[in-house]
Amino acid sequence: MPLSATRPRLTVAVTGLNATDSPGPGVAVIRALRETTDFDLRIIGLSYEALEPGIYLRDMVDRTYQLPYPSAGTAALLERLQYIKEQEDVAVLIPNFDAELYNFIKLEPQLRALGIRTFLPTLAQLDARDKLNLPAFGAAHGLHVPASRSLHHAAELLAAAEELGWPLVLKGRYYDAAVVHTLAQAEQAFLRLAGQWGVPLIAQQFVAGQEINIAGLSDGHGRALSVVPMRKLTITDKGKAWAGITLEDEALLGLARRFAEATKWRGGFELEIMRAATGELFIMEINPRFPAWIYLTAAAGQNQPAALLRLALGLPVTQMEDYAVGKMFVRYAWDLITDHTQFQQVAALGEL
Amino acid sequence: MKLRKNIATSEAGFIFNPATGDSFAANQLAADILARTKAGQDAAAIKADILERYEVAPGQLEKDWDDLLAQLREFNLLD
Repeated sequence: MPLSATRPRLTVAVTGLNATDSPGPGVAVIRALRETTDFDLRIIGLSYEALEPGIYLRDMVDRTYQLPYPSAGTAALLERLQYIKEQEDVAVLIPNFDAELYNFIKLEPQLRALGIRTFLPTLAQLDARDKLNLPAFGAAHGLHVPASRSLHHAAELLAAAEELGWPLVLKGRYYDAAVVHTLAQAEQAFLRLAGQWGVPLIAQQFVAGQEINIAGLSDGHGRALSVVPMRKLTITDKGKAWAGITLEDEALLGLARRFAEATKWRGGFELEIMRAATGELFIMEINPRFPAWIYLTAAAGQNQPAALLRLALGLPVTQMEDYAVGKMFVRYAWDLITDHTQFQQVAALGEL
Repeated sequence: MKLRKNIATSEAGFIFNPATGDSFAANQLAADILARTKAGQDAAAIKADILERYEVAPGQLEKDWDDLLAQLREFNLLD
């Protein structure tokens, strides 16, 4: 009897199918989920745009449904999810975008009533780690974070630079950032970032050092069930890791465990770390979800998405300790071939 | 000379620091020195063996040894 016949069938919905040069984590999450030995999975992709590459990865995603943009609000999202639930027996939903998390967290009780489980941070946790609140968050939990302030107008740039020094890091509300060395550069970057992502922007003290990311999964009771640090080996012009390697460093593991303990974080997370020449570790950003490189955790021996799936279902997950150090990923671009009829079906009907 | 305990070395001369993700390539002699150091041989014994096996003046060996140490220290590979 094949092994799959003995595993229970389970349908899981995943967002973040935009595997582009600034990739969403969805495809990597699905790749890791596909390696679970717990379930025989049917994967439902949830997309926002008709050209998200994950839609057309038919060996990874069984069927895709489009969602309304987060700005449409929770009522529109719930209505769409109710429809999807009528078509597919979705048992667990894993959102992967910062901007959509608020709606999904707000809808957790309604989703549960529909029979759809999630395993997400609380709204208070989501707000506390927001870029705008990071200094207060660091102070509250005794974690090193760079000094920063929010900016609503370009006229505030000079005062920010006097306070934080040059160069200055300007960050969009959810995504994107620029390192600027002069007021002219800062004003130009402000216009670009504010135009794309709205205000406020965040002006952050520049910290030189080695960029390290940590992917983690925490149980909501203060225990980090998995922690895997990765150093970026190749960084794109958008600041994304295009290659990386797992590290062995007790200070990094300890930092992530302290974060989980202090915040009682619930779900997946990514800490963006800068290791200064002095060895001091600064938390530059806290992402409230798995990162796009999350498959590396599975490849290194700690399958965080598969563990999150168990947590969502209320199944026990033991703390993972060991992982392969020196395990690398090298991302690549690949031209998927599809047909215009498939694209039209997604664009016109919102399903494929 | 004491290599950090988690530094990985290979016979081919590759050095990997798992705490930083840095990789380095050593020539055959440097790789041999690192392997012996990891195996617990002290510097005096390694130097004596090098003087016996290679045509090198003691003063030159000391200079090259110091250069190697400086590089290892710069790359954060020593305790």
